Amino acid sequence: MSIKKTLFDPLFNNNPIALQILGICSALAVTTKLETVLVMSAAVIAVTTCSNFFVSIIRNQIPSSIRIIVQMTIIASLVILTDQILKTFFYEVSKGLSVYVGLIITNCIVMGRAEGYAMKNGPIMSAIDGFGNGLGYSLVLIFVGVFRELFGSGTLLGMTIFETVNNGGWYVPNGMALLSPSAFFLIGFFIWGLRTFKKEQIEQE
Amino acid sequence: MLEHYLSLFIKAVFVENLALSFFLGMCTFLAVSKKVKTSLGLGVAVIVVQTITIPVNNLIYNYLLKKNALSYLGYEGIDLSFLGLICYIGVIAAMVQILEMVLDKFFPSLYNALGIFLPLITVNCAILGGSLFMVEREYNFAESVVFGFGSGLGWALAIAALAGIREKMKYSDVPEGLRGLGITFITVGLMALGFLAFSGIQL
Repeated sequence: MSIKKTLFDPLFNNNPIALQILGICSALAVTTKLETVLVMSAAVIAVTTCSNFFVSIIRNQIPSSIRIIVQMTIIASLVILTDQILKTFFYEVSKGLSVYVGLIITNCIVMGRAEGYAMKNGPIMSAIDGFGNGLGYSLVLIFVGVFRELFGSGTLLGMTIFETVNNGGWYVPNGMALLSPSAFFLIGFFIWGLRTFKKEQIEQE
Repeated sequence: MLEHYLSLFIKAVFVENLALSFFLGMCTFLAVSKKVKTSLGLGVAVIVVQTITIPVNNLIYNYLLKKNALSYLGYEGIDLSFLGLICYIGVIAAMVQILEMVLDKFFPSLYNALGIFLPLITVNCAILGGSLFMVEREYNFAESVVFGFGSGLGWALAIAALAGIREKMKYSDVPEGLRGLGITFITVGLMALGFLAFSGIQL
């Protein structure tokens, strides 16, 4: 596969959230504000890229019976590193992300790509694959985050877009966008939209 | 005293349901909820693992990792809490492995019923998430047992309910693009709306 295909396929053709059902937990919980979404996306991209790279480097040395534990250890160390960096430089945001940074460890995207791609391919291609899948994940997260922050509090990245009624403006914030169920609806609609354009992704029952 | 635990239990099962208000364990939640029978099996496995791992992680955190936790050995001021993540996931993986062996030896029928779901639980974020919440909220040992059981039960309840709905959904005429994953997301959203009704309940 060419580099371009490896990099861009996960965006629409093989999106980790919309098609592979990977990494959904954090996608829903951290999306009330765009700022946390961007930080979370950056963290996930960094972890998938690095973990794919390192797993791929030692893929021929790992005995297959203990490979899950080896992968787990690599991923967990990377996540601890990310967590510490976030706590140092973005303390407020990392408070907002609460346990979800730690949960990148069990984010199936990371494990799934390490197991499904990095164990079979070279380090450079694996890193690109990790980066691409991280991007595909971020795409959905940003989509959900933009809608939830815009309609829930009338702001984007903390800047006011719609002046809310409380501040003397015209926009009545939609409180439900800040509550958890809205994220499910938005992802459901995202999938619907995606599959309207990509007919081959429709599930046959 | 008992009221405190009962309130914690109700909170863990309904108000702060791991699946429907914190979105934990979503991947398996959506992928393994096509049939009620299999989802019940997975639910039971989650309850068992959750009830064991959260108290064990609680002990590890309180007696090894917490700041000044090692003072009974004469080491003052040591803070190992940054090692938390790697310890918890290690405990979970080891517990699942041990549980698998014990079940295989003493309860073969249950072992066969759970089948592939046991190893899958290692990467279920509900389990790790439960441990992380336990640390964040500073539960003591007894509370962590109650929280572990309650949160596992809540998750099992949610997945069984979703599977029930999905079994009925087979007879509905869903728009093409929404079939499968899309409509499942929207169903879960509606369920989460329902569970919102529990918020604020205190005993």
